[in-house]
Amino acid sequence: MGNSKLPLNGVRVLDITLVWAGPYATQMLADWGAEVIRLEPIDHFQPMARGQRARVSKAEITADADWHNAYPDWDPTDMPWNRTPSFNVHARNKKSMTLNLGAPGGQEVFQRLFHVADVLIENNVPTTADKLGISYERARKINPGFIMVRMPGFGLQGPYRTYRTLGSHIDGVSGHASLRGYPDLGLEFQTDIFYSDAAGGINCALAVLMALRYRQRTGKGQMIELAQVENFTSYISDVNMDRLANGRVQRTLGNRHRTMVPHGCYPCAGEDEWVVIAIEREEQWDALCEAMGSPCWTIERKFASYLSRYDHQDELDALISDWTRTLNKREIMCTLQEAGVPSGQVSNHAEVSHDPQLRGRNFFQWVDMPGTGKHQYPSIIGRLSETPNAIRTPPPRLGEHNEYVYKGLLGYTDAEYRALEDMGHIGNAYHALVE
Amino acid sequence: MHDQALSDLRVLDISRRIPGHVCTKLLADFGADVILVEPPTGDPTRSSNPFINDIPSVENSGYFRYLNNNKRGITLDFETRAGARLFMELVEWADLVVETFSPSILPSLGLGYESMKKRNPKIVLTSVTNFGQSGPYSEYQASEAIYYAMSGLMYVTGLDSREPVKLGPNVIQFHAGIMSALHSMIALRGTVSRDIGEHVDESIQELQAGSIDRTSAMLLAYQYAGFVTRRENFEGGGGSVHQCKDGYLNMFPDATMIPKGLNMLGMSELMEEPLFATMEARSMPESHEYFDALLEPWLLERPVTEAFAAAQESRILSGPVYNSALLTADPNFRARAYWPTVERTPGDMTRIPGKSFQMYGGLWTMRRPAPTLGQHNAEIYGGLIGFSQEELSFLKQTGVV
Repeated sequence: MGNSKLPLNGVRVLDITLVWAGPYATQMLADWGAEVIRLEPIDHFQPMARGQRARVSKAEITADADWHNAYPDWDPTDMPWNRTPSFNVHARNKKSMTLNLGAPGGQEVFQRLFHVADVLIENNVPTTADKLGISYERARKINPGFIMVRMPGFGLQGPYRTYRTLGSHIDGVSGHASLRGYPDLGLEFQTDIFYSDAAGGINCALAVLMALRYRQRTGKGQMIELAQVENFTSYISDVNMDRLANGRVQRTLGNRHRTMVPHGCYPCAGEDEWVVIAIEREEQWDALCEAMGSPCWTIERKFASYLSRYDHQDELDALISDWTRTLNKREIMCTLQEAGVPSGQVSNHAEVSHDPQLRGRNFFQWVDMPGTGKHQYPSIIGRLSETPNAIRTPPPRLGEHNEYVYKGLLGYTDAEYRALEDMGHIGNAYHALVE
Repeated sequence: MHDQALSDLRVLDISRRIPGHVCTKLLADFGADVILVEPPTGDPTRSSNPFINDIPSVENSGYFRYLNNNKRGITLDFETRAGARLFMELVEWADLVVETFSPSILPSLGLGYESMKKRNPKIVLTSVTNFGQSGPYSEYQASEAIYYAMSGLMYVTGLDSREPVKLGPNVIQFHAGIMSALHSMIALRGTVSRDIGEHVDESIQELQAGSIDRTSAMLLAYQYAGFVTRRENFEGGGGSVHQCKDGYLNMFPDATMIPKGLNMLGMSELMEEPLFATMEARSMPESHEYFDALLEPWLLERPVTEAFAAAQESRILSGPVYNSALLTADPNFRARAYWPTVERTPGDMTRIPGKSFQMYGGLWTMRRPAPTLGQHNAEIYGGLIGFSQEELSFLKQTGVV
């Protein structure tokens, strides 16, 4: 199933990441050919790694139906860790080995892994990483070309180095949470949004690619530090530049825009149906008026210029809504786009799954995962003209690649392998008492 | 010269939008020689908010400056025949070209990937577009809010009873820039070993639909179980963001919240009370109401920084909800020197947001401020391409540069 032309073929990555940001980084690397080996403990359940908990009953998930409980056909089975969408969505193309880094014997195996790997990625709190024996010095002594990325929330140094945080908190610390949401509601009305995880993931992967280029040129490896709050703060640099240069504190505008008018999310025919319209230039405004059938109000003085439209946005949005409310969202989008007006339907995830553009570009791919079944997965992001790419292997079941890693890569004998099984390092299920 | 990861990489940025400039910014920050190619009238980002000291001018956009530090800049109208020929000279010099035009534009000027490859067989062209190079929407226009709308993220953001609401200013466009930098680097790695060029087709809709911000997980939840995620109903407040004396603190409300929270409040002895004593008791709504009644007044008496430190002391996953004033004053960012100063000309100083990450094999540096319009024309057309002074002034007169 391998594609020998993928640019990251031959790069082996140790993946000691959990939750979302780290796994997204290794997804990007695995998708483009790297051999990513996830090190997974089975003596305890890593929070938010392979679902919420190790043992889940069918009754409790149907009582609390939610996307992270959406096991295939709402059936977690007795191995829910192999069937959770929140793990399987990022784990394709990766391998899984089990190892309890903190338990007796764990560090000896870990030491051998440094000899066969090129890259290690981890996103633990620095104090936890220290306990697990993750250090760049250790790796560099074994392999001077080693590349390590550490991506804690607040950095390896600084007053908050021991602080624990998730994507939803990084969203707040970076200032992003204060720039979204409804302008008339307080900051306590927050949808849980986790964009910083995606941001941390791809910047980490980018850093690895840069380090690999440097290594190709110089033979040297290096250590990379990505503090997730700092990384995500760069995403809203315009707002922070305004603070630094002008002392201004921006706040949420909801669906409005600092310069575009009209700019909003308008109701359409049907229940919970919406369309976004974003007007940037005068000719787009003219085209919108024409598309609406040039109603009389559009030639009123208060809508005659950009500045007067800016000053009358409430009225303007109400009048546009009167038009959109009678029509289907997709029809509005297509009509406006044909007329040169930027517009997009607000799609739910069922509609995104059937989106003509995504389908037209084969964005979804069938993947058959033993024990989980055959489903369509969001496929690989980014396309290279000379290097066609697709998901090569399904998400790994817990410990699926133990034999390959322990015997094939690390050279353990059958007897040693059995001993590590007896010690509880090797297995395809969590220890009996793990919840 | 300070050797950085990408000190051997040559990049042409002919993009006109944020994602292209972000892409080449990251590469420039880690050493790449990036030439920003602007139309003679200036890049559109030069008219983007915020302006330094609120004075709008072609050299004064804070956003333009932030995005283009560490790059050199030239002007070139490659829509003219002479300009197109000049552009191809630059393509020969470059390893990577980054562009953000609609898919039909560059080929219509004779400057598409096929033409570039004839001139430089190992060129990587990265095209960042709204919906990709192919498909029924490939020529559709879009904006930040439209990316949210068409990827499923906006539908799940906000209150169930109200309209969906977009996220902060240009987050997806920034993300698209980083993703493009990543895929450019991946493509470049292939061209080194395989002696090929690559055309990178980056669709912003796709990178958002595949994003781990939960969009991709929600799409898989739909495939696994037919579940369609909706906006939540938290009219009474979200439950995890709490008001303090001067701001807000977000605390993760997991199963360990009550014992950790009581510890933070200095009320651990209350763990013996029937409402808190067992795991089962702690999962009841009455227990949470009781706990909140203890927590809320405690938080209202304290500044958010103090409450944050106390929450972390008790190992509660947490973070303050900052605005840009609180953020730029935060001690951790300051201690880590996150806001460096850039000096454009003597006296023209601005502080900017700093590094996204640090590479200890060749540190993130501020090598040069963003270019003024056409600042490096003489250096690049004279030095790199070998034009004489007369040829350059002729190009200027004819509006090519």
